Amino acid sequence: MKLMLRARESRWLAPAAVLLAVLLTLAITAGPIRLAGANPLAAYERYTLTPLTTAGGIGEVLLAATPLIFTGLSVAIAFRVGYYNIGAEGQFLAGAVAASIPGLYLPDLPAVIALPLALAAGAAGGLLWALLPAWLRRTVGIDEVVTTLLLNPVALLLIQGLLNGPWRNSATGFPDSDRYGPGYDLPAVVPGSRVHWGLVIAIVLVAVTWIVMSYTPLGLRLRAAGQSPNAAAFSGIRVSTLQWRSALVSGAVAGLGGASQVLGVQHQLTASVASGYGYTGVVVASLGALTAGGVLLVALLLGDIAVGAQNASIVLQLPTQMGAIVSSTLLLAVVSVMALRRYRLVLGQRRRR
Amino acid sequence: MNFPLIAVIAATFTIATPLVWAALGAVVNERTGILNLGIEGTMYAGAFVGFFIAATTGSVWMALLAAILAGVLAGALMGVLTVTLGVNQHVAGIGTTLLLVAACDFTNRLLFSTGTQTTTEKFDRLFPGSGVFAQYPLTYVGFLLLAPALWWVLRSSGFGLRLNAVGENPEAADAAGIPVAGTRYAALMIGGALMAVGGSFLTVSLLGSFTLDIVSGRGWICIALVIFGRWKVWPVVAGALLFGVADALQLQLAITPLFSQVPNELLIAFPYLVVIAALVIGGRGVRYPGAYLTPYRRA
Repeated sequence: MKLMLRARESRWLAPAAVLLAVLLTLAITAGPIRLAGANPLAAYERYTLTPLTTAGGIGEVLLAATPLIFTGLSVAIAFRVGYYNIGAEGQFLAGAVAASIPGLYLPDLPAVIALPLALAAGAAGGLLWALLPAWLRRTVGIDEVVTTLLLNPVALLLIQGLLNGPWRNSATGFPDSDRYGPGYDLPAVVPGSRVHWGLVIAIVLVAVTWIVMSYTPLGLRLRAAGQSPNAAAFSGIRVSTLQWRSALVSGAVAGLGGASQVLGVQHQLTASVASGYGYTGVVVASLGALTAGGVLLVALLLGDIAVGAQNASIVLQLPTQMGAIVSSTLLLAVVSVMALRRYRLVLGQRRRR
Repeated sequence: MNFPLIAVIAATFTIATPLVWAALGAVVNERTGILNLGIEGTMYAGAFVGFFIAATTGSVWMALLAAILAGVLAGALMGVLTVTLGVNQHVAGIGTTLLLVAACDFTNRLLFSTGTQTTTEKFDRLFPGSGVFAQYPLTYVGFLLLAPALWWVLRSSGFGLRLNAVGENPEAADAAGIPVAGTRYAALMIGGALMAVGGSFLTVSLLGSFTLDIVSGRGWICIALVIFGRWKVWPVVAGALLFGVADALQLQLAITPLFSQVPNELLIAFPYLVVIAALVIGGRGVRYPGAYLTPYRRA
């Protein structure tokens, strides 16, 4: 059995590959679901369809997808140019911290000033957290994977330090911050729902990224730099400058995500604010083929699975971690099948000519 | 102030042990040109499987064997993804880590749903009461057996030379008759086994119990140590000891009255920052294995 390079790729292959990956995921995860004493079909129904059958469920899916759109877009923006930012987790946390500063110290600002200020602070916080790795890569040539990874736990420690120290809740004494001033609540998109304007900001960012990547000369240069850096450099594109700027934008987007999460959902800083959104962002970006539209779709899908996993854990007594197993298996299945797309499976020792 | 030198040195070796095992595992597989970001998940799997087998069989040796097996399987999974399928190595690694962590947490929930903190058999320290020398068996094996053996294997054995050849120039290695894919699979599975042993140290030697954040980023530190040590055995061991000494000092300072005003979290962050600083000092002009991050397929 051998893999042979295909001469060219037929059009039906991509959708067929995704379908095959989904079937693979179902086949692989059915075992553990049965092991946990649940019916796989009922579980998949909970993971995918059930959340979408009620208005409240759809709201929860959109709410769960919002931070994933931010981190997925952040990762995609960097990866697309060949800068492997694995630090969206830390940048998300730094954004949450930075957005909390005006929220805690200027609580009386009216919303028209407070919200833009806190969002800008969040973006700046994420950018700042991405600055050191990007600068080290640019000047000393140090691998960004290592530095962005190492700064993730440092950001979490920063939050824990603040919450155990100066930002400890003044009323309860628990390690979470006081609530922000009333002007800092990102309003609900539909009154009465929990879906907040962070979702709208995320979708606007998706649209802007899509337009820049598809229709501008800058997008062309970014795509060229990511696809074949040597050829791009040869044609006069300054690849390292593009990577440096993309790294900073990537950090700012992740930071904005952190700000959106504290302003829209928590209204205070807690240590559990990130809960892995940054790492899941790598999944979202990869499954979304590093495109803005793909990120949006995959974030919604993973939001759906996450809400469904909560639902399944209550109704089917299926541990919530099964949701993470399904989404990571789906990631590996999709990237595997996508890699296979370029190759034909040749059985036996058959040779042409 | 009486500086507790003995305690700091002893703690340094203990803290460095899982890093030495896992980082040397990463050296083995990165020598063939494959970045394995599955290391965090592989350590987690080693920690969990080791704990689980120790809890059910009561045998620490069975636990060690099971951890090795789990590591070999994790390495094989990375092999299928990166060697056979040529998937982007960052994505394959992060995906493997997420999958292994989720699978272990899931199994943990199914097996120990009562939530009681189970403690198990664990390895005893050798030479108790001897200060610096009161260490776990895996510490002795890691520093005195694994590191020298691996240094010799990578430098002088045929297998080590094949690893290098595959990592530097797979085309040439292939032309010389070295099986590129087979060598990479072997390196990933051996490396995975070492990573899992490092993870099992946390449960089956140090703690005798399992918690959800038990590995807490040690895998990512190992990735940094490998680059810091430029894929060479002794510099990687030195890097692990550097992190160990920074962490041991941090633990010591945390209980020193003089530093009681310094937030604990700042002290805990200290070793991470030390590794970044060491990278800045020692990481200039690092030459990566020639085939780093690139899948190989015969044209």
